[in-house]
Amino acid sequence: MATKTKRLKKNRGESEGGVKTWELRLYVAGQTSKSLAAFSNLKKLCEEHLQGQYRIEVIDLLENPALAKGDQIFAIPTLVRKLPEPIKKIIGDLSNKERVLVGLNLIPTA
Amino acid sequence: MDMVRVEDKPKSSGTQLEKSLTGIKGLDEVTKGGLPKGRPTLICGGAGSGKTLLAIEFLGRGALQFGEPGVFMSFEETSEELTKNVVSLGFNLDDLVAQKKIFLDYVQIDRNEIEETGEYDLEGLFIRLEHAIASVGAKRVVLDTIETLFSGIPNPAVVRAELKRLFQWLKNKGMTTIITGEQGEKTFTRHGLEEYVSDCVIFLDHRISEQVSTRRIRVVKYRGSAHDTNEFPFLIDEKGITVMPITSLGLRHTVTNKRVSTGIARLDAMLGGKGYYRGSSVLISGSAGTGKTSVVAHFADAACRRGERCLYFAFEESESQVIRNMLSIGIDLEQWVKKGLLKYHAGRPTIYGLETHLSVMQKMINEFKPAVVIVDPVSNLNAVANNSNVKTMLTRLLDQLKLDRITTVLTILTQGSPTPESTDVDISSLADTWIRLRDIEFGGERNRGMYILKSRGMAHSNQIREFVLTDKGVDLLDVYVGPSGVLTGSARLSQEAQEKAKDLVRQQDAQIKQLNLERKRKAMEAQIADIRAQFGTEEAEVKKLIKQENLRQQKVSQDREAMAQIRKAD
Repeated sequence: MATKTKRLKKNRGESEGGVKTWELRLYVAGQTSKSLAAFSNLKKLCEEHLQGQYRIEVIDLLENPALAKGDQIFAIPTLVRKLPEPIKKIIGDLSNKERVLVGLNLIPTA
Repeated sequence: MDMVRVEDKPKSSGTQLEKSLTGIKGLDEVTKGGLPKGRPTLICGGAGSGKTLLAIEFLGRGALQFGEPGVFMSFEETSEELTKNVVSLGFNLDDLVAQKKIFLDYVQIDRNEIEETGEYDLEGLFIRLEHAIASVGAKRVVLDTIETLFSGIPNPAVVRAELKRLFQWLKNKGMTTIITGEQGEKTFTRHGLEEYVSDCVIFLDHRISEQVSTRRIRVVKYRGSAHDTNEFPFLIDEKGITVMPITSLGLRHTVTNKRVSTGIARLDAMLGGKGYYRGSSVLISGSAGTGKTSVVAHFADAACRRGERCLYFAFEESESQVIRNMLSIGIDLEQWVKKGLLKYHAGRPTIYGLETHLSVMQKMINEFKPAVVIVDPVSNLNAVANNSNVKTMLTRLLDQLKLDRITTVLTILTQGSPTPESTDVDISSLADTWIRLRDIEFGGERNRGMYILKSRGMAHSNQIREFVLTDKGVDLLDVYVGPSGVLTGSARLSQEAQEKAKDLVRQQDAQIKQLNLERKRKAMEAQIADIRAQFGTEEAEVKKLIKQENLRQQKVSQDREAMAQIRKAD
């Protein structure tokens, strides 16, 4: 499911930290409706705002329960912005687009 | 995902709740067998009340003593912090983790990092827990402090629903679980965890009274099981948690007829010739400087001489001070300390709260297993509590000691109160034998007196003895009881001297009278001899006269016959 784009170097004005590629990790537990909704919401949003500069990794904790510890996952679904730093966590099915954008710092907090 | 793999085992016969031993000293007695097996228990209390410690000891002992691995899910402390904190308990968490006996998982919830965007649940926690349980084959689970979820997760409705599901899930998995919760203002926990955990609730309390802290534990609720509802003091030390279930003691002790010497021969004599009963409680009261410590030192010495162990709680003097002072009256206690028969525990009463004192004493008694316990003096404990508390504490202590057949000597400092038979700490009713030491002030000096106020179950002397400290120990002397009252010290000596002088004079008088009599008798005998001699002379003379007269008459008649013959009368 991971999508990779080539790195961009001149993007400083776009977000904090002068990021090349956004690394996003979506934690789910099986194919629940919440998980599926989260993934499709995320995909849509990235295409809109981060076209070509993102990578999404979906981790199914039912298959890899040990991975939950590393990113301190307790809520499902959880989206973790690994890059750019700092790490951000967004919980829920990402249906509230505004909040996701705020959470990812894609739009400034109003 | 199948989360209901391990079914909650049906309770055997339905009457007896299955319990899981905690291994924590005293807690299993208070809960009558441990925590409800396969069910969650809520441990609540204020900050620093020992919740985490209790929980981790429950896991550690479960893994080491009962072969039940455990999962510790911490919401507050990182694994490193936890490991460090419990090293002091004698558990090496790292080892237990390496041996797959304990699984540590630190769940970090930082509200600032969290953005909420739509629907979610806490399945992540379940997955982590499931994973943890599976990796060590856990039977025990600790969630410390799960309430962090309320502050970390923006939607309390989700937290509530998920907690409910979590506890049910743990039950279904048959996990004996401890959930800790911070004390709320009016509720047991700040977020009302007690609503979810209905099987067993234990409350820890850490109270400060008069600048001293005391920890207490109480089983608030234990569904389906009898339990002690009292508050019990508990200790946290290098060996973990020790709960003192002492109030559950009663007057159940059996007594013995064996007697033990007091170490003072004359006092033994006063106590029916044999000394105290073994396992009895002895109270020695007296005002300052009446020799209480000397009397108990004799007893300690005598006990050690018999090869018995003696535990000495000194609340007034340090160990070396007592030893030095007792050496001055010829009692060498140091030799017993060196042989391990005598153990001192010296400390100011104010270092702990009363309950803690009791717990410490209890613990030392359990460890040292003495035959004799001395508390010198108990009255100092007043410094940390009021009288009724001291009495309660001593009652518990004495109950325990009697149950263990330990002879106990308590000394009590009395003030110069108007009623000499009352002690500051009103514990006389607890004592089986009460010896009173008192000052006797008379004739410009102060002497010590001793008498037995009571001694249950034995004939005992009713006499006041003068109590003298010599360089060979305590000596008891008879006091002089005369028309001018009880005399002691030099007054007694001078009285005795006077008595002796009077006796001497009387003796001499009698001798003189006897001599006079003798003289009179001799005079009388001389007179008698004289009279007898006179009489003898007179008698001899009279006899002579009679004889002469007889001779003369004979002569006359002979002459007449001769005459007749001559005349040839017919």
